[in-house]
Amino acid sequence: MILSSYTIEKRLAPSSTAFIFIPVLSIVLALIFGAVFLNLSGFNFIEIYTKMFTGAFGSYYGLTETIVRSIPLTITGLGVALAFRMQLWNIGGEGQLYMGAFAATWVALSFPSGSAWWLLPAMVLLSMLAGGLWALLPAIPKALWGVNEIITTLMLNYVAIFWVDYLVYGPWKDPNGFNFPLTAQFGPGAILPALGNSRIHAGLFFGIILAVLFYIVIYHTRWGYEIRVTGENPNSAKYAGMNTLKNIILVMVVSGAVCGLAGMSEVSGIGGRLQHGLSPGYGFTAIIVAWLSRLNPFAIIIVSFLLGGLQVGGYIVQTSGIPSSMVSMLQGMLLFFVLGGELLTNYRISKTPVTMSGVDNR
Amino acid sequence: MNHDIFIAILATAVTAGTPILYAALGEILTERAGILNLGVEGMMLVGAVCGFIIALNTANPWYGILIAMLAGGAVALIHALLTITLKANQVVSGLALTMFGTGLSGYIGKSYVGMPLPAPFHKIALPGLSNIPVIGPVFFNQDPMVYLSYILVAALWFLTFKTRSGLHLRAVGENPAAADSMGVNAFQIRYIYVVIGGMLAGIGGAYLSLYYVPSWMENITAGRGWIAVALVIFATWNPVNALWGSYLFGGIDALGFRLQTLNVNVSPYFLKMLPYIFTVVVLVLVTKRNMVKRIGSPQALGLPYDREER
Repeated sequence: MILSSYTIEKRLAPSSTAFIFIPVLSIVLALIFGAVFLNLSGFNFIEIYTKMFTGAFGSYYGLTETIVRSIPLTITGLGVALAFRMQLWNIGGEGQLYMGAFAATWVALSFPSGSAWWLLPAMVLLSMLAGGLWALLPAIPKALWGVNEIITTLMLNYVAIFWVDYLVYGPWKDPNGFNFPLTAQFGPGAILPALGNSRIHAGLFFGIILAVLFYIVIYHTRWGYEIRVTGENPNSAKYAGMNTLKNIILVMVVSGAVCGLAGMSEVSGIGGRLQHGLSPGYGFTAIIVAWLSRLNPFAIIIVSFLLGGLQVGGYIVQTSGIPSSMVSMLQGMLLFFVLGGELLTNYRISKTPVTMSGVDNR
Repeated sequence: MNHDIFIAILATAVTAGTPILYAALGEILTERAGILNLGVEGMMLVGAVCGFIIALNTANPWYGILIAMLAGGAVALIHALLTITLKANQVVSGLALTMFGTGLSGYIGKSYVGMPLPAPFHKIALPGLSNIPVIGPVFFNQDPMVYLSYILVAALWFLTFKTRSGLHLRAVGENPAAADSMGVNAFQIRYIYVVIGGMLAGIGGAYLSLYYVPSWMENITAGRGWIAVALVIFATWNPVNALWGSYLFGGIDALGFRLQTLNVNVSPYFLKMLPYIFTVVVLVLVTKRNMVKRIGSPQALGLPYDREER
């Protein structure tokens, strides 16, 4: 009888304490569960976690690498978050990134001696165009006939990755590359400038500028208002006369274009060439970034930094024999806890039987 | 194309379609109960790795299948807990399950990558039936898991459309509130079918590591879990349609593979794209057809059920 007197009731407004508290608690819980896995497979979790943390945040090199990783995560995170705002599930960030990288590479390889002032903008433009077009493919059937965009965007990831593989193993393979699956080095005009002696590149500013733009568009423009309304209640959007068909296509294309830009910033900012395995799943991690940030653009920057650190840490402990897949396991668990925690944001658990639930006593 | 090669491709289509079939059957049950589980890929991977490890250590593929089933059901339980009890977003929870399953399977399977399986399943020609021209060698000269899938399709069709439990299942997926008021426990039914869905996905995954490949490698499923999700729409939530649908997808897989070995003048990377492009095209056509014929998903699919808000 005591147990049955706990009731879950809906909050009138989402709890603001839970807003901050839940992501933090989720990270802690995911790490605890990760520790259990590590211990079960014979590792000392304290040692591993210490290595990961100091590796990612404890040195100049580690910190800059974490920022380098956070750049594509921020950009793709913003890209998919825009679509998620409208309840459009763009799971194709990875493929759009690859297509963006492909288009940017095409520009760079076509003009090896081009100068930066026009070459870099051309690469940005083409990569966004390619990412946008790649997202347009699933957007049209979604808008016209309601074809499930989750499956179509995901399937197109495979196609994009195989396309890039075809190029770097075939026609675009660097003849002087010792048979490695990568293209020739870009000319100096196609390289994004780096910050000091680190690998941090100008793509960082793409992320920051996009976050500000995202904020302005979503909260201070009519279009952003339409996106939010459509996402929260498609029916009221329809009754208000909003053009959902147009918005589905536009939002998907912009979302894809942003993810495409991440591809450009990767090939141009790091390595200066297109290669096999360009992204270790940034487009998928972006989904976690977006959800953990509750689709808030500035939170996306912070969460990208944290997950970037997790990836760098995960990379460093590979030398201790920890499989790289531990990172995606931890990320999956993190998302589980965030999702479970959302209940606490929108509902409360009360001790007494609810008789007047939902009625506030003003 | 000569006759023997044609038969061989058809037989491979059945084999290649079988893992997708198991996973799709599971997802049909889950979605019939009103829960969308996009974690099929993750559940298949967990099933594949657990099944492989057990089959390797016991030298008995049946133990592998059993454990794969339990493992798939166990990870599906996470999705059930999150989406049914905690009313979490079903899309995101499913994606989380796929990531978690991919990571977990890679983690526990690390030291088993590329190991040969001492006792995989073997083909058993069914006496009599396997002598029928074309149909015999294609459908009745297969391994036991394929035969089991035939029985399963029939059983699930019967369960869904001809029994009281099936009626309850469909009622919960169409209108949980109404079902609930008729005394059907919507929560319990959703839990049961999400877990069964995970078990079948686990078996589908294990079929890859115990027969189709047969070995373990990271991401052995290569998107088959997602193809299974697409297949559910293609099959209009009907187990019988899933049967031939999965062979169609398996056929594309088999064809691409066969073309690679025949030295066709097309890059293998383009051939590898085939199943994914095919899935997109088919999904578009099928969704249009379903719209015209007014065949929809279960009405309550993807919506959490909350008694308070009835």
